[in-house]
Amino acid sequence: MNDHPEDAASGRRHFLKCMAWAGTGTLWLMKGGVLQARTLDRGAVGDPDASFSFVQISDSHIGFHKAPNMDVVGSLRASLALVDAQPRRPDFLIHTGDLTHLSRADEFDTLAGVMGEGRARQVFYVPGEHDVIGDNGAEFFRRFGQRQQPGGWYSFDHRGVHFVGLVNVLGLRAGGLGYLGAEQLAWLKKDLAPLSAETPVVVFAHMPLWPLYPQWGWGTDDSAQAMAYLRRFGSVSVLNGHIHQIQQKIEGTITFHTARSTAYPQPPPGVGPGPGPLKDVPPGRLHSYIGVREVRHVQGRQMLAITEEALP
Amino acid sequence: MRRRWPLLGALAIAMAVSGFLPLHAAGAAATVKVQIRNFAFSPKVLNVRAGTRVAWSNLDEEPHTVTSAGALFRSSAALDTGDGYAVTFSRPGTYAYYCSIHPMMVGTVVVK
Repeated sequence: MNDHPEDAASGRRHFLKCMAWAGTGTLWLMKGGVLQARTLDRGAVGDPDASFSFVQISDSHIGFHKAPNMDVVGSLRASLALVDAQPRRPDFLIHTGDLTHLSRADEFDTLAGVMGEGRARQVFYVPGEHDVIGDNGAEFFRRFGQRQQPGGWYSFDHRGVHFVGLVNVLGLRAGGLGYLGAEQLAWLKKDLAPLSAETPVVVFAHMPLWPLYPQWGWGTDDSAQAMAYLRRFGSVSVLNGHIHQIQQKIEGTITFHTARSTAYPQPPPGVGPGPGPLKDVPPGRLHSYIGVREVRHVQGRQMLAITEEALP
Repeated sequence: MRRRWPLLGALAIAMAVSGFLPLHAAGAAATVKVQIRNFAFSPKVLNVRAGTRVAWSNLDEEPHTVTSAGALFRSSAALDTGDGYAVTFSRPGTYAYYCSIHPMMVGTVVVK
């Protein structure tokens, strides 16, 4: 899976180095119905074989103003500049949630303003738990919702690929993880029903849709039911945010990916007391780590990548 | 009359200690603090007398909330680093709460 074979020691060092950068997104190339990931990089080159591409950005946390990133607006702008610098223009962007830090109106204003700067771009959003504080997401959905379903989830088709945006940050229960709920699951089942098994499917939501590290809340209580509906498809890509780092897992024809944050990194699963910001990034180095590594290409039925990424 | 005041005072103290006095008669309510640190409420289970004011303070870099499970008391807004929130519990009962941003963070206030 990894394009850059590494021994264990340098692998850990490299891994931590990769954790210690922020301010970019992931370019997704659709090739023959299979998604391939590239981190956005200044030296990125186009891929003539890809049928289309889109970009995932995540966890902008507008309103955060502490170490290691005092300028989350600037790092979001830097991410969008990298998107605009791609030789082939991505068809659209997906933002996988935590647009804001505290769901405040001025934070939403800032996010919307920055996303609207420069090139016109189409963006599909799903909320993170930081976007729905106090009002169950009313303000988020008013500004960024697709208005297909009362619960805020939606789907669309793009060049033969079926995209599904799910909401797993509402109706959370004490002691629980992310939550989809019976109503959304019933909708998902119905939404997928008419599709042929050959249709590539991309599902995106904020919290990981697999039990990545439940001790830190990194999972979704009822994700298994959603996966049961997706298992019959030949190519399913699940894109999540929330954990501010790249983790991947492959289960049969379903590949799971989490994205980096445009704001700040978080520690690897279980390292340290909790999933707060990773603060010990050397001063002035945060942005210099942008695009430090190209993400491995993800192709079909391969072994779990997450075992390589877990710390020894 | 003068000699009876100390008796009344002693009676009031006795009633306050045994929890019989209504909140206003007991004067300023006692405040008990709960820290939010490292994605946990500390102490996780708090035993207090009726009329106690419970004050949470967020010492984490992350925002948190104090959200009542079952809406038995008024929940907080988002608490940024250094922010606080307080609730006075006047009725006995068991009040479970959690952080709506990180629902694996749970706590309980037991009021007697």
